[in-house]
Amino acid sequence: MAAEFGYGVLAVSFLVAIYSVIAAVYGATNHSAAWVESARRSMLLMFPLISIAAAALIYLLVNDHYEVAFVYEVTSRSMPTYLKVTAWWGGQAGSLVFWSWLLAAFASAVTIRKWDRDIEFLPWVIVVCSTTLVFFLGLVIFYENPFVRYWNVLGNIEPHMFAPAGAALFTAQDGRGLNPLLRHPGMIIHPPMLYLGFVSFVIPYAFAMAALITGRTDDRWIRLTRRWSLWAWLFLSCGLVLGGRWAYDVLGWGGYWGWDPVEIAAFMPWLTGTAFLHSVMIQEKRGLLKQWNMILVILTYDLVIFGTFLTRSGVLSSVHAFANSPIGPLFMAFVTATFVISIALVIWRWPQLRSETEMKSMLSREALFLLNNLLFISILVVCFWGVIFPLVSELFTGQKVTVGPPFYERATAPLFSALLFLMAVAPLSAWGHSTLQTLGRAIWKSAAAAALVTVALFFFYTRSVGALLGFFLIALALFVTFQEFWRGARARQKIQGENFFVALSRLMGRNRRRYGGYIIHISMALMAIGILGMEAFQVSTQGTLSQGQSLQIAEYKIVFDNVASWDNTPQEVNYTRATVKIYKDNQYVGDLHPRKDMYFSGQPMTIPGLRSTLRDDLYVLLVDWQPISADGATFKIFVNPLVNWLWIGSLLFLVGIVFAAWPDRDPAEEPSRATRRVTQHGAAD
Amino acid sequence: MTEETTPPKRGVSLTAQIIIWIFVAGLLALVGFGLKRAQNPMAAVGAAVPNFDLVFYKGYEYNGNAQMKLSDLRGKIVMINIWASWCKPCEQEAPELEAAWQIYKDSADVVFIGVDYVDTPAGANEYLKKFGITFPNAPDLKSNISSILNRQMGVPETYFIDRAGILRNVKIGPFASPDEIQSIIQSIQ
Amino acid sequence: MNKRKLQITNYVFLAIAFTFAILLYQTASAQSSTPPTDDQVNAVAHKLYCPVCESTPLDVCPTDACKDWREQIRSMLADGKSEQEILKYFEDQYGARVLAEPPKQGFYWLIYLLPPALILAGAFILLRSMRAWTTAKPEAPNSSAASSAPKDDYVARLEEELKKQK
Repeated sequence: MAAEFGYGVLAVSFLVAIYSVIAAVYGATNHSAAWVESARRSMLLMFPLISIAAAALIYLLVNDHYEVAFVYEVTSRSMPTYLKVTAWWGGQAGSLVFWSWLLAAFASAVTIRKWDRDIEFLPWVIVVCSTTLVFFLGLVIFYENPFVRYWNVLGNIEPHMFAPAGAALFTAQDGRGLNPLLRHPGMIIHPPMLYLGFVSFVIPYAFAMAALITGRTDDRWIRLTRRWSLWAWLFLSCGLVLGGRWAYDVLGWGGYWGWDPVEIAAFMPWLTGTAFLHSVMIQEKRGLLKQWNMILVILTYDLVIFGTFLTRSGVLSSVHAFANSPIGPLFMAFVTATFVISIALVIWRWPQLRSETEMKSMLSREALFLLNNLLFISILVVCFWGVIFPLVSELFTGQKVTVGPPFYERATAPLFSALLFLMAVAPLSAWGHSTLQTLGRAIWKSAAAAALVTVALFFFYTRSVGALLGFFLIALALFVTFQEFWRGARARQKIQGENFFVALSRLMGRNRRRYGGYIIHISMALMAIGILGMEAFQVSTQGTLSQGQSLQIAEYKIVFDNVASWDNTPQEVNYTRATVKIYKDNQYVGDLHPRKDMYFSGQPMTIPGLRSTLRDDLYVLLVDWQPISADGATFKIFVNPLVNWLWIGSLLFLVGIVFAAWPDRDPAEEPSRATRRVTQHGAAD
Repeated sequence: MTEETTPPKRGVSLTAQIIIWIFVAGLLALVGFGLKRAQNPMAAVGAAVPNFDLVFYKGYEYNGNAQMKLSDLRGKIVMINIWASWCKPCEQEAPELEAAWQIYKDSADVVFIGVDYVDTPAGANEYLKKFGITFPNAPDLKSNISSILNRQMGVPETYFIDRAGILRNVKIGPFASPDEIQSIIQSIQ
Repeated sequence: MNKRKLQITNYVFLAIAFTFAILLYQTASAQSSTPPTDDQVNAVAHKLYCPVCESTPLDVCPTDACKDWREQIRSMLADGKSEQEILKYFEDQYGARVLAEPPKQGFYWLIYLLPPALILAGAFILLRSMRAWTTAKPEAPNSSAASSAPKDDYVARLEEELKKQK
């Protein structure tokens, strides 16, 4: 019953979405406010409708309705209820419903606001959101239906939505259960965060399209969407970080990022989104780069769609990819339409998007921002080419190739270093113009301090030139950013006579975007410490030990104590858990328990034993063991220096974005750029 | 970043437009090609199987030939079984395959060929010995054969090619009995 | 001259025969020589990808199949094969996709050369258009604001900001 009901509601919302597209287009072209209003209302209807369908799906998931194919695929009786709920996005069909639901939520949130000044954008924003919804709901209804049930048709079990003639419903005793790799907490939040990030980029894109179609290509669309893009960026970043943590905890290869096509597909829109967040400031401050910002927003959304397509259609197979599915050609058509329409619109409106002012100095902040954009786009080029190269190779040589970490690391390391350097210099440059002299005067103290740190590291930590250069850049960026906080607070303290901390907090509170941005810069530098530590200093060893034997790595000694295996039948898994004693510089510091879980389905899972400190992580994997005598085992051990700074940096990073994106007042009341330009040096964000 | 200095209100030049559209078309064509490859194997049931080389394992040659092409077998019914020594379901069907081969090994009309999908020579040798396989077997060098026959890259999979070189039947997963193999071959006769 | 050459070849031959004999002896006496360590095996395996499960480096892949491949590497190392030879063997057996990145040869050069070329082109375009912007119109609408001494930038900025609050 719930299955038919859910499917019916989805079908209705599909029709409503189609209607809202038509009504919005008609209303806009005929200047009929009534039609636009009707489109808006049907748009607002989408969210409750899809929520009801989703509720039906969750009801089926939670109550073990194994006659439903999707429920059978992703849940089993042994799973706890919260996992049954989150299994919603554990399979292709469900995750498409989840996508549509999020999209409807965002579209409603954006259409519900007051539109008075921007009423001409409204119909086109609705058109873009609703068209995307039509596409996703269409996929769900016609190809990837989560409500399809199993029927016993003359002895054959077949999946159908509605009962075929003479068939009886077939209910399996138990479901297959969610892939154990996906049961990790990180993996439960990671996809929704990623989807949130993906979906929320639809909104800036919709406004960009609306601006292009209506020809109102001033800054208005950017002012309306810049906070959206910050939130979108927050979710996407969150998704990426959680994915990394998940890989580190569950995949058992000692790292957090494998340059896998699926990871890169999520990373690419992040790159263009980050570039946009920087260059949008130039447009707001200086009226430059209107064309470029338009391109970045469109590119970001297109990369979201393109990445989703690449990873879901089986074009590039990869660990996370959903199995080959019939949605490939349809997705291909949608990607094509999105690309062609966006590019055609940009070309059409190109002349109107010209800049209002000119750039004055090669060292001005806007010039450095452009350099920053160039670097982000360069990283994008490397990633994009690396991801599609296997296809190119297959087309021209017939051989599929792997493009793995060595390629990406080599290609992006100089680019990331250059970004670190820019991060140190750019905050010191002024809008309009700077000279080498003013820059030098601003930076020398930080540079001297960073040099001191580097010399200290040379004597006490490492002699590697590359690593020292990296540490110097990181230290420089950190000192410059701290100095910015310090100078700002001191100046305010002088003028206002406030106490330093009051001055600091007021300063930051008045300038959320600027200081949120600086918090993000600090967090980036901290993350860079972790990445540099992993790249430059990770060591590993492997050995087979019998009881009491030890392995030495760096200053650690690992002594094998015992290993035990047992079945957990209700959870359908066999655990093998080893105990090793850890000595650091010959001091006993505790036990670790690396584990290997073998699910009865044949899926193995390697859980590392992890000892984490700010200096390094000791990461012990159980590779193999003698099943009978249980007194010998093979361990692979990594020492991952400084990697904890990556996670610390990630947390601070999220704090920074939330700080910057937190709504403070209605953006419509903010002074427009025209009035602000007079006070250009003053408005400091 | 593509802004120009020349007078304002100028559109995108024709050359730039052409370059942009060629780039987009190329990208979409590339991805379209990838999608087509991902969704349809090169060899479809009812169509001719593209030719490929076979380099047999020592001791598992075909009539003493260490190396041959698929096209050399034109005129015979060819059964190609893709397996691997690390594949558990393959072990299930190995005795069935050998039993079926015992029926056909003396007929000049039917050929069985095992194709060993990404495997180590040591593992393959052990597996072939363990199940007493006697029909010809070849490693799938560079995964060339499996990429022609199937895209799922699952093992075991078995392909039946008729005398004219047309793919007639595909079995995904292990055979349950020699009879199953026999009945498929009979249906091709 | 000729004789000497002959002698050299003789020596070379002897040396080869001798090493061969040692190798034979070593393999014959099986475990007596030190077998390759796990770390040596992993160092090679790290440059390879699991041929079955995609996107997993061979040194950390937990499947049984990968265990076999690591044993394969071990026995090749024990036979005195170099890393290059082992990588080549894997490429010939399983195709270029088992290598962690495409070999630097022929068509595959494209992957290494295209990104730097594009990046340089992008840098060139950016530089050219920036130079054009900066020289085209020295007279910009707000040059007065920009030319004010940047020394007091901070105080000015903050004063401005405080004014706004009142």
